Amino acid sequence: MKVTLWAIGAAAGASIAISAGLAQSDNPVEEYRRMLADPFANPGFLWVDEGERLWNEKRGPKNASLEQCDLGLGPGVLDGAYAQLPRYFPDVDKVMDAESRIVHCMVTLQGFDEAEIRRRAFSTRDRKSELEALVAFVAEKSSGHKFSIPLTHPKEKEAYALGEAVFYRRGSFFDFSCATCHSQDGLRIRLQELGNMRKQEDAARALTSWPTYRVSHETLRTMQHRMWDCFWQMRMPDLVHGSEVSIALITWLTKNAEGGELEVPSIKR
Amino acid sequence: MRRYLLSACILGLLAGSALAERPRDLPEISAERLEQAIRSSFDYDRLPPDLKARLEQDEVQRLCSQYRNEPPADVAERIQKLSEEAVVFPSDGKFLGDWRRGEQLSLAGQGLRMRDDPRRGVGGNCYACHQMAPQEVAYGTLGPSLLQYGKIRDYDAEAIRTAYIKIYNSNATLACSTMPRYGTQKILSIEDITHILAFLFDPESPVNKE
Ligand code: HEC
Ligand code: HEC
Repeated sequence: MKVTLWAIGAAAGASIAISAGLAQSDNPVEEYRRMLADPFANPGFLWVDEGERLWNEKRGPKNASLEQCDLGLGPGVLDGAYAQLPRYFPDVDKVMDAESRIVHCMVTLQGFDEAEIRRRAFSTRDRKSELEALVAFVAEKSSGHKFSIPLTHPKEKEAYALGEAVFYRRGSFFDFSCATCHSQDGLRIRLQELGNMRKQEDAARALTSWPTYRVSHETLRTMQHRMWDCFWQMRMPDLVHGSEVSIALITWLTKNAEGGELEVPSIKR
Repeated sequence: MRRYLLSACILGLLAGSALAERPRDLPEISAERLEQAIRSSFDYDRLPPDLKARLEQDEVQRLCSQYRNEPPADVAERIQKLSEEAVVFPSDGKFLGDWRRGEQLSLAGQGLRMRDDPRRGVGGNCYACHQMAPQEVAYGTLGPSLLQYGKIRDYDAEAIRTAYIKIYNSNATLACSTMPRYGTQKILSIEDITHILAFLFDPESPVNKE
């Protein structure tokens, strides 16, 4: 039943994309707000439902569910877990963000192939990503929770410091760094508003609204996708899903967003 | 006394800026460590040479990253000098091309991203950061407005030359400029730049009309 709902969601997404396009001259911001306020109008919630189904179903070579996945607060604890990630996990001796940890659980608990999951991590026009749905489900369990990541372990501190260094690293054809677009207040690129990610206020506004249903992509998108997308605009090669740089940036951004209250999935352009 | 000063400082910081709090006891990230993380995170070893090159910084990028775009005076001077030397002028001495093509190039944002179709060419994407012609409202604000750019400068030859340098290599006039180095980085050809210059400096260009 929920599978069909998900399919309808895709269609609904398409029609919203069209109507949002038409509404542009009116007030698209108001339109998005209205859709956000109404869970039945934001297709992102269909991804949450699909993620819940995938989470609980016995799947993969090991025919297991993800119910025993430990997202940092203990096996099976979902409430508030997303708001406390990225963090250090002793079992892998690494800092992981929510997405990497879910992948880890799919590999260890269910026996899925990691490279294969990562290859299909982002939805395309003709194939939906299971991972995006799982992230939506896990993140929604932190709606109403405030970001608070530990940053006590040396590897967590290193991730933060590395993320900060990457933020200022300029490269490729356009000499862009993240700081080019996200280190001043109130600026735009064409008509798109750019947050100042060095400020708590702006970082919190951004981070508390991901994962988000992106109307222009007709799918739900996660923070890993946002990082990949910004590097794509920077004319960089493809950022590897779950790579050290992606987790470092997300750690730095999330620490800057500390205290911000999650409200996800949101809906955006 | 010292404690008063200290708390005054902290209050000053709180009032003066809303930058997120930076945790203490952070490790130093060396340049080598950063580059190693970049390489592993973009799959350097498996990339073809042209994409590998995108992960390798030139000296200007390296210095501007290291100093987070605020280089000390001597480094800034060095960057400007390197950048000035890199500017190549049109061989026929003609700076102004066709403003209509310049307008197209200023609007176009595609090119050089992964999976962009090379047949569609590479745009200058100036509108991402600058206001130019008054009719175009979808302009960004990372750079100053260029409305009436040529007219305000009386279409002066020296101003045209300076603008050419700015576009060819923005760092020749300001070290660690936000603006891309279109010529030096081979984003645009010299001919493209002359078209864009015409968009800024041709009296018939919409940039210079009301
Ligand atoms: C060339 C400009 C540019 C660069 C460079 C850039 N971004 Fe972005 N960024 C954008 C735009 C445009 C958006 C989308 C804004 C919108 O949808 O309105 C965005 C969105 C974001 C968001 C989500 C904001 C939100 O409120 O939803 C985050 C987080 C972010 N960028 C982080 C980064 C990081 C980290 C880097 C460096 C790896 C980076 N950006 C580099 C232009 C850029
Ligand atoms: C990513 C942002 C960005 C892009 C893209 C960009 N610029 Fe700029 N531009 C700036 C900034 C910031 C300045 C001011 C600082 C400086 O002079 O380096 C500037 C300055 C200038 C100036 C000098 C303005 C003055 O004060 O006289 C000119 C002319 C100019 N840009 C033209 C262009 C043209 C033409 C393009 C496209 C081919 C372009 N810019 C693309 C950011 C940008």
